[in-house]
Amino acid sequence: MDKTIDLVENTEKTKTYIGFWIYIMTDCVLFASLFAVYAVLHHNTNGGPSGQSLFSMPYALAETLILLTSSFTSGLSMIAARNNHKNKVIFWLAITFLLGASFLYLELHEFNHLVQIGDSWRVSGFLSSYFTLVGTHGLHITVGLLWMAIISLVVIKRGLTKGTIKGLTLLNIFWHFLDVIWIFIFSVVYLMGHIGL
Amino acid sequence: MNYFAGILGLLTIDAFKHDLVQYFGVAVMTLSAIFAVLALTYFKRWKWLFGEWLTSLDPKRIGVMYIAVAVLMLLKAGTDAGMMRLQQSISVGNNQGFLKASHYQQVFSAHGTTMIFFAAMGLMFGLINIGVPLLIGSRDVAFPFLNSVSFWLFVSAMLLLNTSLAIGDFSGAGWLAYPPLSELQFSPSTGVDYWIWSLQIAGIGSLLSGINFIVTIIKNRAKGMTLMKMPMFVWSVFGSMTLVIFAFPILTVTITLLYLDRLLGMHFFTGAGGGNPMMYVNLIWAWGHPEVYILILPAFGIFSEIVATFSRKRLFGYTSMVWAIWAIVLLSFTVWLHHFFTMGSGADVNGFFGIMTMIIAIPTGVKIFNWLFTMFRGRIKFASPMIWFMGFIILFSIGGIAGVLLAVPPADFQLNNSLFLVAHFHSMIVSGVLFGYFAGLTYWFPKIYGFSVKDKIGKYAAYFWIVGFIVAFVPLYILGILGATRRMNHYSSSLGFQPLFIVAGIGVLIIGAGLFIQLIQIITSIRDRKKLQDKTGDPWNGRTLEWSIPSPAPEYSYAILPIIKERDQFWNEKQDENNSKIQKKFKNFSMPKNSYLGLVIAFFAFSLGFAAVWHILWLFIFGLLGIISIIIIRSLDENRDRLVTFDDLSKVDQLALGKEQ
Amino acid sequence: MKKIKILFFCLIPLLIIYIGYLYLKTVNIAVLNPKGEIALKEKNLILFALTLSLFVLVPVFVMLIAFSIKYNEKNTKAKYSPNFDHSRIFESIWWGIPTILIIILSIVTWQSSHSLDPYKAINSPKPTLNIQVVSMDWKWLFIYPDSEIASVNDLTIPINTPVNLEITSDAPMNQLWIPQLAGQIMSMPGMVTHLNLIGNETGTFRGMSSNISGQGFSGMTFNAHVVSDVNYQNWINSARKSPNVLNKKGYQALNVDSEYVPATYYSYASPDLFGYIYNKYMSPSNGNINTGMGN
Repeated sequence: MDKTIDLVENTEKTKTYIGFWIYIMTDCVLFASLFAVYAVLHHNTNGGPSGQSLFSMPYALAETLILLTSSFTSGLSMIAARNNHKNKVIFWLAITFLLGASFLYLELHEFNHLVQIGDSWRVSGFLSSYFTLVGTHGLHITVGLLWMAIISLVVIKRGLTKGTIKGLTLLNIFWHFLDVIWIFIFSVVYLMGHIGL
Repeated sequence: MNYFAGILGLLTIDAFKHDLVQYFGVAVMTLSAIFAVLALTYFKRWKWLFGEWLTSLDPKRIGVMYIAVAVLMLLKAGTDAGMMRLQQSISVGNNQGFLKASHYQQVFSAHGTTMIFFAAMGLMFGLINIGVPLLIGSRDVAFPFLNSVSFWLFVSAMLLLNTSLAIGDFSGAGWLAYPPLSELQFSPSTGVDYWIWSLQIAGIGSLLSGINFIVTIIKNRAKGMTLMKMPMFVWSVFGSMTLVIFAFPILTVTITLLYLDRLLGMHFFTGAGGGNPMMYVNLIWAWGHPEVYILILPAFGIFSEIVATFSRKRLFGYTSMVWAIWAIVLLSFTVWLHHFFTMGSGADVNGFFGIMTMIIAIPTGVKIFNWLFTMFRGRIKFASPMIWFMGFIILFSIGGIAGVLLAVPPADFQLNNSLFLVAHFHSMIVSGVLFGYFAGLTYWFPKIYGFSVKDKIGKYAAYFWIVGFIVAFVPLYILGILGATRRMNHYSSSLGFQPLFIVAGIGVLIIGAGLFIQLIQIITSIRDRKKLQDKTGDPWNGRTLEWSIPSPAPEYSYAILPIIKERDQFWNEKQDENNSKIQKKFKNFSMPKNSYLGLVIAFFAFSLGFAAVWHILWLFIFGLLGIISIIIIRSLDENRDRLVTFDDLSKVDQLALGKEQ
Repeated sequence: MKKIKILFFCLIPLLIIYIGYLYLKTVNIAVLNPKGEIALKEKNLILFALTLSLFVLVPVFVMLIAFSIKYNEKNTKAKYSPNFDHSRIFESIWWGIPTILIIILSIVTWQSSHSLDPYKAINSPKPTLNIQVVSMDWKWLFIYPDSEIASVNDLTIPINTPVNLEITSDAPMNQLWIPQLAGQIMSMPGMVTHLNLIGNETGTFRGMSSNISGQGFSGMTFNAHVVSDVNYQNWINSARKSPNVLNKKGYQALNVDSEYVPATYYSYASPDLFGYIYNKYMSPSNGNINTGMGN
């Protein structure tokens, strides 16, 4: 009897994982569409500034490093969860959260700076697509941070149960996925923008 | 930068001011709602409605609710069609008809949007919910709660769209709202925002359903049912849902960008400021063309089941059919440009997309020949689903030929955006999609309710639909050739269009009569349900698993999960009288508990959509926070399932199992 | 009795077809009644594709009717093979034959896409006449840059002369269509599309917009006149006598919403007007003309 219930739980888990991977795939299509839009519009500067004149490489690089590190620390939290070290899980999640939050701060700071100097999304097709593409990633990061905060509280309260470990795994998939998307943003928007492609 | 202004946003008293025709619509809508509430109170059915239906996670019940909403929307959008036909029949020369141009444009925009997103998609998801778990021998879908969320998002999107009738107006930019016409500069009212947000909410619901059913088909199949043993309906849904998950994110992005243009003054699709309207046309059709196949593939699947069942014969060319489905899935992403050959993309691009479009005709043709050869050397019983099938083959083939003409770019230059085009896509969507769904409804009705619908009345309904369709749309084919464009609210009398428009109007009346006969069919069947009761559970002498369980199917569908050895197993078991069924022992299993959270999400989603339309900041935040909290509450709930033991089974099942044990 | 019934059901469609025929004799079947080389070729193409398609349509109908009569369950004498579900030969036939038809049609499609490309200039001993077309809310403006005149909702062209229309929009998207002369082409703000056409018979042909552009859309019709060379000169001379002028100020006066606008003429149209109109929508940093996707 116990064995059957275990079996059921296992298939439930695989279903969730497959479902989540398919969701990640749909999110890929979503970002692919946004990248396509950016590719079409990024020369339409309408007399406004181009990427070359706006983007600061060191700044984008700093953002990238922070996000990459956060991906690493979130991976560490997963290892801790496998080894059943509850406190370590919380510790690494907290670090990841701080890194993610500082990434988000940097991004918003950049947005704010652009709006302050008069280069908002209203200026051109290029800036509209820039704000939307990077902003959509930022929105995903925000959701990830919220998720992280909640799952930390749940882990503190309920411990490392099958349910919380499943949640942690999904969160990790999501967070790594956002990292991959950012690599693309960094390459397509900042790097290629910097060299004026 | 006052994006979200004031406590009521852009909402003022003017939003409630309409012309007479609109007031009439609002009155009908409000009165029917009041009447429904009164009826429910009078018959003391609130508890039943809430406990048995609204909170149910049973895919069969969710399916029935989808269909109920979709039928309402079919009637509503059908009324729109009637108004359009009336307007075009009388608005000639000095007569301007009974609708102002701006109102007429809202009517055809609403007709298209409602038919595709709420009538067709609703019927489709309804039939998928009913059919897929049953046909794969499963008790449930992969994510029952998510399924309920999808349904309730669909409902809130439907409500949002219909709210536009009473508060404000609807988009007048056509069902795909091409910019720059749909931009703030040319459509300053909130009509386009209603369009955007009702599609956005419905689209997210569809996307979640897509994920859900793919996982269901991958993981929930009965033991032994390998992919190549799946019924054809399941294959076609698999194809269709694959299209959903690839196509719908594109729609989400596209209409979000349009909304950002309108709300924040961005420049994605504006004429000026470095925007690119052609990009919108490309993006929307990159979703829109697959959408057509999303709708038609499940209908193909239904026909595959029906033809085999009523010909009492195995489906011909199973493997070819599977390949044809996946060929269509793949190709449907490579043809979107054929919707706008007239954009001047150059001969190479047009030629390429024209040829790709024609290639799709090959797998579609293969399917038709396979169905015909399923009939070959069969014993065909002409019940009403077969009449729908006959109508489908005739009208769909004609529409398909029209489609091949439209696929040749220089021929398309003469036919694009004419009424010929309108007749073509109605041939595909009415006689392909809708006839398929009607056939499926008749076919699976006894499995859900335990009694059949009256077949003879069903046949009359089908005849009326088929004849009505011919009378309504052959004139449109001709009008297109005469040089009549779509979406005209008025034309000159010297052109001689009027007689054909009047004939088309008569056709719509005949279709309306068909629809009315269908309602009569349901009502009289409910009245005589004792006589029509399905005692065997297998009224059609069926082939697939769902006919092996009693009708109406209990909530858990299968008391004991089937084990599959071959295709058409149930049919083969019936043929082989000596067949000793494998004795299977009943085991307790768990089923999801009912949940009202889907309903709550719909409430918040509606608030969010309404707030986004009217720029009401506090309501937007309220809706957003509401949705987030429901997701958190649900994901923390560990007590979602209940155990089903022998005592919980239906009497019929207990009896059957008792005998065996 | 049964025979009478069948006869009756045969007569009704025949009657309907006859009435339809009588009706169609009274109207101008624009797409099938071309008055220019381009429209003629497009018509032939439609008829060719239709004929080819009948090779699939007819067998489908014949089989559908034959099978449903022969294998009706009431006919118990017919052969019944419930497990006949696969035949390599049959399936090869209906993968094969449609493929062959589609290959034929694809070749025709590829060639005709090039030969009837609306951007392609028409071969003719006469020099090509350039006309600039602007779709506005809700009327068509035709500018004749060679003669420096313009007209609203009146396109007049000389017979047997190839015409190159350069098309843009100062409004939402529209689509120009003169069924008897040539097929449709979109007009879009900030873009220039081209349509080459020729009129081989004199006459007046209906032109319109076929893409929804707002409330005055149904009134965006105009007459396209194909006239003799002499009459064309006369037409230009009479337009030159018009008191209206289309400089930028005149254009701004014209560029207000109006519906069902009667034909109007302008004795002068500024030669840089067309450029001014589409450049309004172009990004200043991006000076070259964008001629559409892929080009």
